[in-house]
Amino acid sequence: MAKLRGRGHASVNYPTGMNLGGDPSQALIHATTTGTFVVSLSSVDLGQGIKTIAAQCAAETLGLPIGNVLVDTADTDTGPHCMGTFASRGSHRVGNAVIMAAAEARGVMLEVAAEELEVDAADLETDGTGFIMVKGAQDRRIHVTDLALAAHFKHGRTISGRGVYLKEPSAPVPETGEMDPDSCQAHACTVAVVEVDDETGVVEVLELFNTYEVGRALNPAMATQQVEGGAWMGVSHALFETTEPYYPVRDHGPRDFAGYLMPGPADLPIQHSLLLERPAANGPYGAKGIGEMTANAPIPAIANAIFDACGVRLTSMPFTPERVLRGLDALRMEEPC
Amino acid sequence: MPSQIVSLVVNGERREFIAAPGATLLACLRESLGLIAAKRGCAQGACGTCTVLVDGRPEAACLVAVETVADGSVRTLEGVTSGGELDEVQSAFIDCFATQCGFCTSGMIMVAEALLDRNPDPSEDDVIEAISGNVCRCTGYRPIVIAIMEAARRRREQAVPR
Ligand code: FES
Ligand code: FES
Repeated sequence: MAKLRGRGHASVNYPTGMNLGGDPSQALIHATTTGTFVVSLSSVDLGQGIKTIAAQCAAETLGLPIGNVLVDTADTDTGPHCMGTFASRGSHRVGNAVIMAAAEARGVMLEVAAEELEVDAADLETDGTGFIMVKGAQDRRIHVTDLALAAHFKHGRTISGRGVYLKEPSAPVPETGEMDPDSCQAHACTVAVVEVDDETGVVEVLELFNTYEVGRALNPAMATQQVEGGAWMGVSHALFETTEPYYPVRDHGPRDFAGYLMPGPADLPIQHSLLLERPAANGPYGAKGIGEMTANAPIPAIANAIFDACGVRLTSMPFTPERVLRGLDALRMEEPC
Repeated sequence: MPSQIVSLVVNGERREFIAAPGATLLACLRESLGLIAAKRGCAQGACGTCTVLVDGRPEAACLVAVETVADGSVRTLEGVTSGGELDEVQSAFIDCFATQCGFCTSGMIMVAEALLDRNPDPSEDDVIEAISGNVCRCTGYRPIVIAIMEAARRRREQAVPR
């Protein structure tokens, strides 16, 4: 009886966005009297961080500090349309819509600044700290707060912009099923190191090496956390979570945290994560979506590592001690005595 | 049994409110006192997101009938912040990026407070054991463990007299 160590890998290509009857998201942006740019969206942040990404895209495009951006996702009844935050589409669709809206608002902002500073709008630039200034003449400048006040009370202008990203509908070719389903694809590879106890059948994931090609990591800390939190979920799918043995009769199935097995903080592998950036031509500042894919690669990587460790090839999740032991038994039966 | 007036010391202040028989501490904190940092995740003691300190001990407030702790002292996340300043655990959670959706954060911070109160120099295993009743579906736990270790370090450094 021994603890057997094994290593396995798996790779995944994952589509960004989906395409049924066309896939749009819209964004509206306007400046308040004191120069806060309100980004109105119907894109729901359920914790994944789309508000942060939308604020970053707006601030970068406007050339203003992120503190000047306020993202409002308050109400899907009254906000501009969004298909929703799913299909790993949020950063891509919403990011693009916000950039388009912010670019239009930036145009108006520079026009009003041109009137205030009595110069041509094409000669203006933003310094990223809140000032709009004449290129090469840094003391000819106006702060966005004063600018917004002037726009409202002197010039009668709205500093605002509209944005939309539409993935156009693509119908499948009847003969081949061929269609244009996504906007780009992110890629990942995970290497898992596991230890299999051939007496108890327990599998422990010791280490995960995650490499993600994400187009552009708009927020590297959030992207890394998505990779590692998602990998934890992958470990959870691989080794713990199931509605079996009750499925398809769910009468006594686990319905809550008390009955549903998940790895806890003591079951964590050491993770090493690397982000690779190959900007996507149609992505917001090159970004692709990596929402859902992060739970995927660890599962087959762990299956392959179990095979490497003990020769048992498991094809149903989760890889429970029972399944491992049955696999080991089957291998022993095959062996000539 | 009629409703009754319950008195508790909440975050250092005596509070009185009317509670229906069997009302949970969590429901009273959230609905009668407006303290909504403690969250209702599972309402059955399995997720830890409702954790508050009762007389210094971490408890799942969803399982505590409020009359059983009458006249006791309760500390919630709202009572951790003193004078608008984040404490070491809160700021370490931010600096170590130990939160994503944030739903588990309040419970995690409260178990960390209880741990550091009784053990200022915990090992990683101590931290893991302390948070093992708390579910996080986002972070993979690692950043939370790191944040609590960091908070302990900062708190020890502050305790050293200059
Ligand atoms: S809500 Fe109390 S433990 Fe889940
Ligand atoms: S941060 Fe989302 S559950 Fe922990």
